[in-house]
Amino acid sequence: MKRYLIRRILQVIPVLLIISFIVFSLVFLAGNPVALMLPEDASQEQVEALTESLGLNEPFYVQYGMFLGNAVQGDFGQSYRYNQDAMSIVLERLPQTLELAAVSMLFATIIAVPLGIWSASKQNSFVDVFATGASVLGKAMPNFWLGIMLILLFSVNLSLFPVSGRGSFMHIVLPAITLGTAIAAEMTRLIRSNMLEVMQQDYVRTAQSKGQKDSVVTYRHAFKNCLIPVVTIMALQTSSLIGGALVTEVVFAWPGMGQLLVQAVNARDMAIVQACVFVIAIAVIAMNLVADIVYRLIDPRIKYD
Amino acid sequence: MSVNISAQTEAPREEEFEVSKRPNQLRRWAKLLLRSKTGTIGMLIVLSVCFTAVFAPFLAPYEPDAMNAANINVPPMWLDGGSSAHVLGTDSLGRDMLSRLIYGSQVSLIIGVFSVIVAGIIGLAMGILAGYYGKWIDNLVMRVVDSFLAVPNILLILVILGIFGSNMLTLILVLGVTNWVIYARLVRSEVLSLKERDFIRAAKSIGTKDSTIMLKHILPNVFSSFIVISTLSVATTIILEASLSFLGLGIQPPSISWGYMLSSGRDYLATSWWLATFPGLAITFTVLGIIFLGDWLRDVLDPRSQGRK
Repeated sequence: MKRYLIRRILQVIPVLLIISFIVFSLVFLAGNPVALMLPEDASQEQVEALTESLGLNEPFYVQYGMFLGNAVQGDFGQSYRYNQDAMSIVLERLPQTLELAAVSMLFATIIAVPLGIWSASKQNSFVDVFATGASVLGKAMPNFWLGIMLILLFSVNLSLFPVSGRGSFMHIVLPAITLGTAIAAEMTRLIRSNMLEVMQQDYVRTAQSKGQKDSVVTYRHAFKNCLIPVVTIMALQTSSLIGGALVTEVVFAWPGMGQLLVQAVNARDMAIVQACVFVIAIAVIAMNLVADIVYRLIDPRIKYD
Repeated sequence: MSVNISAQTEAPREEEFEVSKRPNQLRRWAKLLLRSKTGTIGMLIVLSVCFTAVFAPFLAPYEPDAMNAANINVPPMWLDGGSSAHVLGTDSLGRDMLSRLIYGSQVSLIIGVFSVIVAGIIGLAMGILAGYYGKWIDNLVMRVVDSFLAVPNILLILVILGIFGSNMLTLILVLGVTNWVIYARLVRSEVLSLKERDFIRAAKSIGTKDSTIMLKHILPNVFSSFIVISTLSVATTIILEASLSFLGLGIQPPSISWGYMLSSGRDYLATSWWLATFPGLAITFTVLGIIFLGDWLRDVLDPRSQGRK
């Protein structure tokens, strides 16, 4: 286990290096940011002085080296809009995004697990047709549109939930449903097809033939085994979960990283953009790692090598 | 005896789904399509959206940019205050919603299809090279793939568009360059098993050039699964493009995009619900059709998925 963990963590290093290279090259191509940092009436000398002091006259590889050295220490420079350390601004927003992602995931699980099992155990029944249809529809709807429609129905017309912002429990309901629906759609489909596969296995047939109750067969024999591929594939969804959270946050003015990022991109506040990309990449990698470990815990047949 | 042998060689030919250039091929595909209800619906939706996009100038009742200050936010015809002059109502500048929706299909389809072509070409090339040569090329490509997978697509796209600005061409390129990894992964895994097959070994043993093997022997064999994910990928790309337009970083006016219509309609949610609702319906409808078509293609082309769905 220990050796496996160490190897997995070492594999993260080249991935982060490649991401840093891509992001740095993009920002490098974006050109000199000094003009944005100084007041509009700054003189040519002031521009040159700041360019020099930020090391922007150095060749690409020197600048990249400096960037890497600082990034390792969590320093992505100052945000020119907030006049603050970019990393600390991003980290302030991270918990809100994680909160939204976690509640959405919970919502998706509550919907998808029973629906997936139920539709697989009664193949081609009404429930099955409904579940399959709903999951295709959930995938076809743009997330942000669903959010807007929920606002239209529940906030504007019925006044049940607040339109936007973060605060009470009521604030998170609509964003979580919005983001959770897309995940639930994918999850239902996965659980259903994996259950159908597992239900044809010999050990399930054995359990049935010895007169085990249907519920026991479904939950103890089939569902437990169908979880393994589901957990892996759901882990790969973390990236799209966070990507979805970015858009959902903008729809509901949820004060997380998504909103911050979109504003930073529009204002060309590159320090914040770089910090955001790194924090999100590390979060996604970490969640994949956790899922990988959970996967090994629920399936003792897998060896750590 | 000779009859026997010919019967034996004939038999497997029919079982294999080898796409040949026989004239009745089209009819066979049509028959296969009609056998699936969702596949037929998907095909009909996709064809009708393509038809709308191509013949938009003839189908739209008004010029999509024609403003009319006297007819602002007119509701659809079946509501109070609506008129049959504007079937789906008008927007905040008095432009006809139906005409704009019809023209909006062009942007969605063009971006969806072309960015998938860009992504597909890069992904195919990378996947085949990585799978065929293995060793350090494989390692390098797969690490790059991992890196792309660790960053949500939309994040990278936002950053690139924020830096370079967005128009049709950059959007297509950016969506293509960020989406190639799914193709590369799939193609690579197929190539890994293909290259151990006898016909590839045979080709190698008689000294066929690597490039010929990759283009003539491997490429045609990965093509069917490639087509399946390409189709489904058009669907996700259309949604992605709409999301970008919604965030203000996609297609810019005066070009008409469903995502942009949706986001500008959001400001009038309390008074004119149709402005944000119809573009979303158009996207959902289109994407639904493509998903149905893609799922059908998967059932037909990919023997492994049979019985799973």
